[in-house]
Amino acid sequence: MSNHAEELALHPGEIAKPNTAWIWKTFWILVIITAAEFAIAFTMTSPGLRTLRNSIFIVMTVLKAFFIVGEFMHLKHEAKSLIWTILIPTALLIWLVVALVTEGSYVGEVLSHMFSS
Amino acid sequence: MAHSTTLQPNAAPASYVDAPRTGTWDGGNEPFKASYGKLMMWFFLLSDTFTFGAFLTAYGLIRHKHGVFAGQAKDFFFSTAHWPIPEKVFNSFPGLHGMDLPLAFVALMTMILIFSSVTMVLAVEAGHRMDKADVQKWLLWTILFGSMFLSSQAIEWTHFISGEGEGTLMADGTVMHGANLTMNQYGPPLFADLFFFITGFHGTHVLSGVCLLVWCFIATTNGTFEKRGHYEMIEKIGLYWHFVDLVWVFVFTFFYLV
Repeated sequence: MSNHAEELALHPGEIAKPNTAWIWKTFWILVIITAAEFAIAFTMTSPGLRTLRNSIFIVMTVLKAFFIVGEFMHLKHEAKSLIWTILIPTALLIWLVVALVTEGSYVGEVLSHMFSS
Repeated sequence: MAHSTTLQPNAAPASYVDAPRTGTWDGGNEPFKASYGKLMMWFFLLSDTFTFGAFLTAYGLIRHKHGVFAGQAKDFFFSTAHWPIPEKVFNSFPGLHGMDLPLAFVALMTMILIFSSVTMVLAVEAGHRMDKADVQKWLLWTILFGSMFLSSQAIEWTHFISGEGEGTLMADGTVMHGANLTMNQYGPPLFADLFFFITGFHGTHVLSGVCLLVWCFIATTNGTFEKRGHYEMIEKIGLYWHFVDLVWVFVFTFFYLV
């Protein structure tokens, strides 16, 4: 799969047959994940399940990102060094999100108690 | 000596200027086995990832700073005291006035963007095969879906700004309809600000993408890439276009679903 274009012996001026099965496979995976997200958004509405629901959404989003970046943007088939060059800086964002979301909850808590004591 | 890796300042042949530079140190080596243009597109997209990452992280912080609506979703009401539930804000569909259709329009927008990604990758695939007619066809489809997404966003913004229903009673006693940068009927002022900035920044990326695709279509039609011997430009624009789709996947989750 390193090169999606078939390298068959062609006559000059002849155009190779399209090789699109992998594209439509990725498309259906994306559609099914998106449909599942909607199904969960409308069935898991209980406030007690909020954390679980949001965790499922985040896992599904990362899964979709994997297929878009890996297949459509072809990163899965690039050199290993390029893959890591892209993924390692992006992974730092996870820390940023976790740190600032925690900080946000703390700021909210401090502000809500500021005028009550 | 064509692949020599040693530096020989005095031994450069007379034809050096014209000869293709294939040595390790004079441009013949491709880092990461990717061409210069593709590599730079990847690095640009990495920097853009941080821009959108900053936006969405700011959204996370601000949302967690504000209170959550404590009751059941069906009892939800708009107030500046708690963060709105997205399904209650984005629940209308153009032409179907007054109906409660949570997230239906944004679902359509998501599908349009996924379709545009597929037609884009089909254009790249056609480029690999040097199939000019197919490249043109799929580029046109991608431009069409991109424009459809932009139009949908224009409708979404118009509706968000003008508002619907009875509006919300604000702290100063006035009733607010719709949204602007300082106040809105849906929730805390920052909710609308983040909506405008995040979806607006993404929409600007889509607009730039559509302009690049139109240029690509003209160049393809003129035979520019065929003369060049490869359709790598389509691949590079394609990388950008998929990235825009990728950003929407994250905006969709964190702004509309969570």
